[in-house]
Amino acid sequence: MGYLIKNGHLIDPGNDISKKTDIYIDDEGFIQAIGKAPEKFKTIGEIDARGKLICPGLVDLRARPREPGLEYKATIESETLAAVSAGITTFCCPPDTQPVIDTPAMAQMIQHRAWRFGMSFIHPMGALTKNLEGKQLSDMEALDESGCVGITNGLNPVTNTLVMRRAMEYAVSFDLTVFLHSEDPWLHGDGCVHEGEVGTRLGLPGIPEAAETVGIARDLALIEHTGVRAHFCGLSSARAVEMITEAQSRGLNVSADVTAHHLHLTEHDIGYYNTQCHVMPPLRSTRDRDALRLGLQSGVITAICSDHQPHEPDAKLAPFAIAAPGISGLETLLPLTLKLVDKKLLTIEKAIALLTTNPAKIIGVDTGNLGIGATADICVIDPEQRWILTEENFVSRGTNSPFIGWEFTGKVTHTFVGGELVYTASDND
Amino acid sequence: MSGDLQFDSNKRLRHLLSIDGLDQKTILEILDTAETFISVGERQIRKVPLLRGKTVVNLFFEASTRTRTTFEIAAKRLSADVINFNIGDSSTNKGETLLDTINNLEAMHTDLFIVRHIDAGAAHLVAKHAPSHVRIINAGDGRHAHPTQALLDAYTMRQYGKDFKKIKVAIVGDIMHSRVARSLIHILNILGVPEVRVIAPKTLLPVAIERLGTHPYFDMYEGLEGVDVIVMLRIQRERMQGALIPSEQEYFNLYGLTEEKLVVAQDDAIVMHPGPMNRGLEIDSSVADSDRATILPQVSNGIAVRMAVMALIMGGSKKNKEAGS
Repeated sequence: MGYLIKNGHLIDPGNDISKKTDIYIDDEGFIQAIGKAPEKFKTIGEIDARGKLICPGLVDLRARPREPGLEYKATIESETLAAVSAGITTFCCPPDTQPVIDTPAMAQMIQHRAWRFGMSFIHPMGALTKNLEGKQLSDMEALDESGCVGITNGLNPVTNTLVMRRAMEYAVSFDLTVFLHSEDPWLHGDGCVHEGEVGTRLGLPGIPEAAETVGIARDLALIEHTGVRAHFCGLSSARAVEMITEAQSRGLNVSADVTAHHLHLTEHDIGYYNTQCHVMPPLRSTRDRDALRLGLQSGVITAICSDHQPHEPDAKLAPFAIAAPGISGLETLLPLTLKLVDKKLLTIEKAIALLTTNPAKIIGVDTGNLGIGATADICVIDPEQRWILTEENFVSRGTNSPFIGWEFTGKVTHTFVGGELVYTASDND
Repeated sequence: MSGDLQFDSNKRLRHLLSIDGLDQKTILEILDTAETFISVGERQIRKVPLLRGKTVVNLFFEASTRTRTTFEIAAKRLSADVINFNIGDSSTNKGETLLDTINNLEAMHTDLFIVRHIDAGAAHLVAKHAPSHVRIINAGDGRHAHPTQALLDAYTMRQYGKDFKKIKVAIVGDIMHSRVARSLIHILNILGVPEVRVIAPKTLLPVAIERLGTHPYFDMYEGLEGVDVIVMLRIQRERMQGALIPSEQEYFNLYGLTEEKLVVAQDDAIVMHPGPMNRGLEIDSSVADSDRATILPQVSNGIAVRMAVMALIMGGSKKNKEAGS
């Protein structure tokens, strides 16, 4: 006894499938058959997906549920529910929780909490250094064993180049991927916006493009030296895309992602101190945004993530520089990506790949595809539905978003996690 | 964008947050109104009743003596009640947010806030969230804006017979960290000044400053050549630690205004400084004390200009009010 999703358009980039078909989910939560009904298949539920897209559940490389440590902003319960309402069935949690994810106990606790609520999966990222201090290596192998899908120092810089070298060498020994937010901390300084005309006009301290390129240059040299597999998180500038392109062409084992908001916004969207546009890395020029879009098209950047950072309203009611950075992004990840399809910058198949099979490969997990026998993490999308983002329709506890008031086309109607129907849009019953 | 906040639906000035967003007409109205207030300071009884019964709060989150005092005198000459809150830089560490502070003070039935804050955009934030009857004047927010300083500087230039449509103005020093410079650049551009120069080493010039309507110069002699007005900015001694300039001596040699450098400017060029001055660092005493310097008139003009801004924001020009009372 399982579910049947019929008459939908299946897009499964991992298996190179894009066609109208039916999907049969067995009672264990796996894909039992595609197209033709298995013998004696009995359904406990049927979804008529005529006119809809059926995709693997989305995999988000970076989202902060704020638990443990900042439960006044959001919780694992609230954010895993927000995730499935947006078609996201798996997301990775950076290690900058309080306490930091630098012990197996913390890594397991987060997975266990997510599992208990039965919504999306959370894969923790382990700390690269103890307490993210950039001094002493964390117990990387134990973190890997306890379910961490990568190791990273998050936004905390590893200023000591020797420590970074050793961390990479140690990671190589255990076949771990290092996730990098490469930035020179001195050039970042007290900056809060892109160093450019907008920052100058508003009198806000800037972060030059060179902060990112100097950081990437150092890390690329160390990657080459150590042979580590590395992933660059959240590229923000045209020059960064160029550098990763060049590194890949030289055969370095490096990948990169971009956030959904950097593909749409620029420094100009800050207007007169719109704190919803305070993000790290900063929104840069129109030229940079266009280069990030080209980076997706050329295949240099292979994943789009939400970089979800929910905040309580007060966190943004402050002067720009001291307002907390970050966007509540889970619920705009797919809509913003579909906008790139509308603009004819991506095909729908490529867009879905950037949200599913590609990020799954980066973290080395067996999700993000819908072959026979695969776990039934599925997202059903009505590609025609038009809607406007309002503060009220957020499921996440954080409604901090510069996209409130934007009109989108395409909305998630159903989400399955492990064969369970965990989300049904209320206006689609 | 800031214009929307600064004007009410009848296009009347509601708040003064930045020069950026004002039009020439509004600026000239403020300068003309200030002119009518100059004489108030010279009378035996230095008061007019325009703001009688109104409460003005000087809310300073950053230390200041000069600006706060001139705002206080201006409000008192308009017969307002004045309360001073010097909260200092540490207020945000005490747990109360900026908006909480404003709401608390507003609950005491105050009418006008003069706000200075270390962070750019603070006055905009307050204006956006304060109750609709409250008025805000920005007395300096981070590196962003200091609109009343720009107005008093423009007033002083006009007082010294400078025709905005014809002059060249040079602003010298730490443009990077200066809200005075940013507001001045805007006001001079709006008033139609054909050439605004900024002179500093590259470390003290913000990127894309030319896009705000300026011509950058690294060399003092080249930059001062033929100018009608020189505005010297205060250089903070901390800048040496930030590796922005090497030493006081080198800075004075290259950018300190001396009689020798002044020679290349127009013969009747005036020398302005928003104060407080560092003699022997950005300006030589012989220049600061010469009759070319307008530093003390700037201070007196500051009171009249601030009276004008308060009077306009709190309801109409002086003429209307006096005719009615």
